[in-house]
Amino acid sequence: MLWPALGGLALTAAALAGEIPRAERRSGYEFMSRETRAMQDDDTANPGMLWVLDGEALWKGKSGAAGRACADCHGDARASMKGVAARHPSFDAARSRPITLEQRINACRVDRQQAPALAHESRELLALTAYVARQSRGTPIEIADDARTRPFLEAGRATWERRQGQLNLSCAQCHDDLWGRQLAGNVIPQAHPTGYPLYRLEWQGLGSLERRLRNCLTGIRAESYAYGAPELVDLELYLMYRARGMPLEAPAVRP
Amino acid sequence: MASALINVPARAKRGEVIEIKALISHVMETGYRRTQLGAAIPRDIIRLFVCTYNGTEVFRAELHPAIAANPFIAFSTVAVESGTLEFRWTGDNGFSVTESAKITID
Repeated sequence: MLWPALGGLALTAAALAGEIPRAERRSGYEFMSRETRAMQDDDTANPGMLWVLDGEALWKGKSGAAGRACADCHGDARASMKGVAARHPSFDAARSRPITLEQRINACRVDRQQAPALAHESRELLALTAYVARQSRGTPIEIADDARTRPFLEAGRATWERRQGQLNLSCAQCHDDLWGRQLAGNVIPQAHPTGYPLYRLEWQGLGSLERRLRNCLTGIRAESYAYGAPELVDLELYLMYRARGMPLEAPAVRP
Repeated sequence: MASALINVPARAKRGEVIEIKALISHVMETGYRRTQLGAAIPRDIIRLFVCTYNGTEVFRAELHPAIAANPFIAFSTVAVESGTLEFRWTGDNGFSVTESAKITID
């Protein structure tokens, strides 16, 4: 029963392929139930704020051989980190490629604090990322589209449009062409990463965009890229570029 | 690390019904799950939540393994006098967290 249905979808997808027009873009927030939206909107009900509080403590705490805290260089995050998450992934001259906010935090830890890098999806890294991202809530996403980032944006777009996995699906087939329709019991969202790191009720915890992308890849029965893999970062860069102009909601809540 | 978020109105009128919200960071491990190698993961949950208002208990909840991680509890009480609301969560492995919030009655 499943295969004829999917075949039909694929045909429609091929006919419709293309980016969602700006006026029709919608955050995943708008596809959520009233209750879940209320949870995100109220900072005392949003469980993501627990990580933000942890992140604030980490921001102020000294760490590493240099004995410095994030606050010693960056000062008050409410001013210095405003808009930072809306610009990531951003180009890093030292690595000659774009890096995610998590990678930026770890680079700062290793180079400036002389502390060991935090593990992907560890409570500490998620907390710091959530705290930094929280300062950009409401800021429109703005990803640089210039000579340095363009090759990586193109690579990300290619990954987005490439069919992969045993189901032979591309991200674009569902999220560009079939958004708003049902996939089993769920509405297919447009996949705009406006709220990461976010609290997913299914995870019962906070998670990064990379965790979400790896989930999605498993869902189409493709082999996931490793955390921090260039393919994932390029895809994140393209997704943020695709959502340019949309306000950041971090830390968001999703079902 | 910070663990609880409390929302109590700072001011209220005498006799007014006020809504109180309490969110706490906790894994709420059920005790029914196993690791990929088959070892049982021991239960680790909050068992009891109690709220007192100037020493008088106004709300109590027993928590069980089916409750999701990071429990969020919202309830209401009547604002009777200025003072302190105290919140206490207790649970497995000696878990105990106390938070308080002040309220002023006009």
